[in-house]
Amino acid sequence: MGDLVGLVARRLGLGLVTLFVVSILIFFAVELLPGDIAEAVLGQGATEETVTALREQLGLDRPAPIRYLDWLAGAVTGDFGVSLVSGERVSAAIGERFVNTLFLATYAAVIAVPISILLGVIVALLRNSIFDRVANVLTLTSISSPEFFLGYILILYLAVRTSMFPAIASLGSDMTLVELLHRTFLPALTLVLVVTAHMMRMTRAAIINLLASPYIEMARLKGTPPWKVIVKHALPNAWAPIINVVALNLAYLITGVVLVEVVFVYPGIGQLLVDAVAKRDFPIVQACCLIFAATFILLNLAADVGSILTNPRLRHPK
Amino acid sequence: MTKKDTLIIDRIANAARTGRITRRDFMHYAIATGMTASAATGLWTTSAKAQPKSGGTFRVGMHDSNTADTHNPGTYLSIQQIFLAHTHRAYLTLIETDQSLGGDVASEWSGSDDASEWTFKLRDNATFHDGRKVVANDVIASMNFHRGEESTSAAKALLTDVVDITAPDDSTVVFALSGPNADLPWLMTDYHLTIQPANDDGTIDWESGIGCGPYRITEGEFGVGFKLERHDGWHGEGAYFDALELIAINDPNARQTALVTGDVDAVTAIDLKTLALLQRDPNIMVDNVPSASAITMPMHCDTAPFDNVDVRMALKLAMNRDEIVEKIAFGAGLPGNDFHHSPAQPYYPEGLDQLSYDPDKAKSLLQKAGAEGLTVDLSSAESIFSGAVDMCVLYAEHAKAAGITINVVREPNDGYYSDVWLKKPFCCVAWGARPTPDVMYSLAYKSDAAWNESRWINDRFNELLGQGKAELDDTKRAEIYREMAEIARDDGGTIIPFFRNFVFGRRANVEHSGELAASWEMDGCRAASRWWFA
Repeated sequence: MGDLVGLVARRLGLGLVTLFVVSILIFFAVELLPGDIAEAVLGQGATEETVTALREQLGLDRPAPIRYLDWLAGAVTGDFGVSLVSGERVSAAIGERFVNTLFLATYAAVIAVPISILLGVIVALLRNSIFDRVANVLTLTSISSPEFFLGYILILYLAVRTSMFPAIASLGSDMTLVELLHRTFLPALTLVLVVTAHMMRMTRAAIINLLASPYIEMARLKGTPPWKVIVKHALPNAWAPIINVVALNLAYLITGVVLVEVVFVYPGIGQLLVDAVAKRDFPIVQACCLIFAATFILLNLAADVGSILTNPRLRHPK
Repeated sequence: MTKKDTLIIDRIANAARTGRITRRDFMHYAIATGMTASAATGLWTTSAKAQPKSGGTFRVGMHDSNTADTHNPGTYLSIQQIFLAHTHRAYLTLIETDQSLGGDVASEWSGSDDASEWTFKLRDNATFHDGRKVVANDVIASMNFHRGEESTSAAKALLTDVVDITAPDDSTVVFALSGPNADLPWLMTDYHLTIQPANDDGTIDWESGIGCGPYRITEGEFGVGFKLERHDGWHGEGAYFDALELIAINDPNARQTALVTGDVDAVTAIDLKTLALLQRDPNIMVDNVPSASAITMPMHCDTAPFDNVDVRMALKLAMNRDEIVEKIAFGAGLPGNDFHHSPAQPYYPEGLDQLSYDPDKAKSLLQKAGAEGLTVDLSSAESIFSGAVDMCVLYAEHAKAAGITINVVREPNDGYYSDVWLKKPFCCVAWGARPTPDVMYSLAYKSDAAWNESRWINDRFNELLGQGKAELDDTKRAEIYREMAEIARDDGGTIIPFFRNFVFGRRANVEHSGELAASWEMDGCRAASRWWFA
């Protein structure tokens, strides 16, 4: 177990270095965009005079590396600065929206992960049957369609034609949990459809891969029923690749939801990031991107730890 | 009147009551059945025009809602901000539903004989949401916010000729100008010039969002939505809804779906491509209002080949505007005549000859200019408006018949207005509506204007512009603007393919007077205080 703690510590350290590199890349990527924040804020109403005045107010007349170091000095002490456009604290601007994004991702994950693993096991059991084919075709169709298209289809049938669910998921402050789950069901379902195929196919492939192994043949020969062969004998060995693909999809649920947010008018972090890039609001862009990067780093770490814990051979290396 | 006529009149009265036809159409149809104009007017007021009713929560889905927006009136830019500004704040003056100028916080105003000093009288019943009375100091502080060296307001250019603003007493504000400006009361309707409470040091409190408009913000976040409730004791007429919900819905499809499913009661900016389908839904009313918002194509008049007036005229004649309105604006537009003055603005010169598509004449003009086989680059970008690049490609096809080759250059959306506009000699631009022709001409056609986008200098035009500014007699002003329109059409460097309509939708149970202010979408952005639930 000591090895595991060491591994986690090492990976977290490397993660910090990655975040640092990401922050440099983001800063200069924003710098490279044509136009600047003063022009973006003032829009067509910008005159040279007002643009210069605003640039001075925002400190944009200083060289870029100095501004980056300024930001970095604040960031290491936990101060991510204020939005250049609205003057709001970055933590305040992001906080509630990040919670919303996490809520939607959790909602979708709670539905998607059990369903896709269960489906994966079932289709592995019934491989090459009609059920296997239908499940494959349906999930592959949903992953191959763009999210906004899936969203519109769901809206058409579940909101416009049958009015079972609201078409827009705007949140109120006084909603009960049940209302909240009802209101956000369509965006969550869209996300479920998008991530299910990947996880289900991976579960199926990992299990089928093992079915040719001699120890499975042994289990079969001793008369174990097929479902027991898969759940008891094959699945434990298949966890590592499954956990990896689940982690990747969970990260996607947090970082890849911009289109779903737009289609369903959900106040999450993706829309905030898009607006911030349009206005060149560097502190917000930076904070959002670092959150996304950290999500990937942490989930990858969790996947590795999960693989080690489920595999005694990795837990006790020779 | 025959029985059939009565039936028809019943039907059109019904259509008018539910807002399906406007007052103008109503009069048209009623007179067609043989009614006299005065009888038709009487019928309109007694039976057709529904009486406003109070109550309900009005939910509006709005486009152009950015998370980075703020309450700072100097940075107002998005529809979300402008709609909110007309809802929780107030102005000195406003544009009425019949496009005339009315009072908002000001009850009356008058200019000195040379129009260089204007006096506004404030209403004595105007209050801020925290109960304070609106006094002259608040108005002065609110205006000064946009003036002076330090100001970064986008409205700074609008108020450059204001020299001093004083308050002889608490309910009077006097604007002293450096020169005559007969349009000052109209300028006060500009969306930046809201009235905020003044702080003791002469600055304004814009951060709190306290205004003196019909509704008070109870909660909200830019880019997500706002909730407002009626400000009891508001100084104006209307504000029929008890409460409002403004919901940010930037995706056109999501907005229309929300309207169809009834998740909202009204939406801004309907996607023109699906307009015809939406109109078939009996639960939805679409308002299609001609506006003063124009699409322009400025040519730099100091740069070859555009320095030759014949070349400019040839390029104007090489455009088939009707086809552009039909295919690009899906009919929701009005062909331009290359003077930047829309029928939705005051003093519009009726009956001027319309420039029409004439490739043969364009060809002969090019011959005269010695520029046969002309080749020009036209810069455009999809962010100008949906269809901007398509419009330019269509124009290039029209121009081929006149032997002109137009290379459409697709520029990046980002930074178009800082890198292309005013810099490339021939490009495509979208202009927001301005209240009067003087404002528009002074902004983008005056020889020394910073935004003289076509670098056009015409002495007679500039002389007339000065005269028009100082003229308080409406008939004489209209004459001046007529001559200016002719000069701009025949000599100017700007092609105006079309004026855009505002197209927005509401559920059938939302009603309005049948006349809509054309200054902004949604009844001059005042739908919240002017419309009601049936």
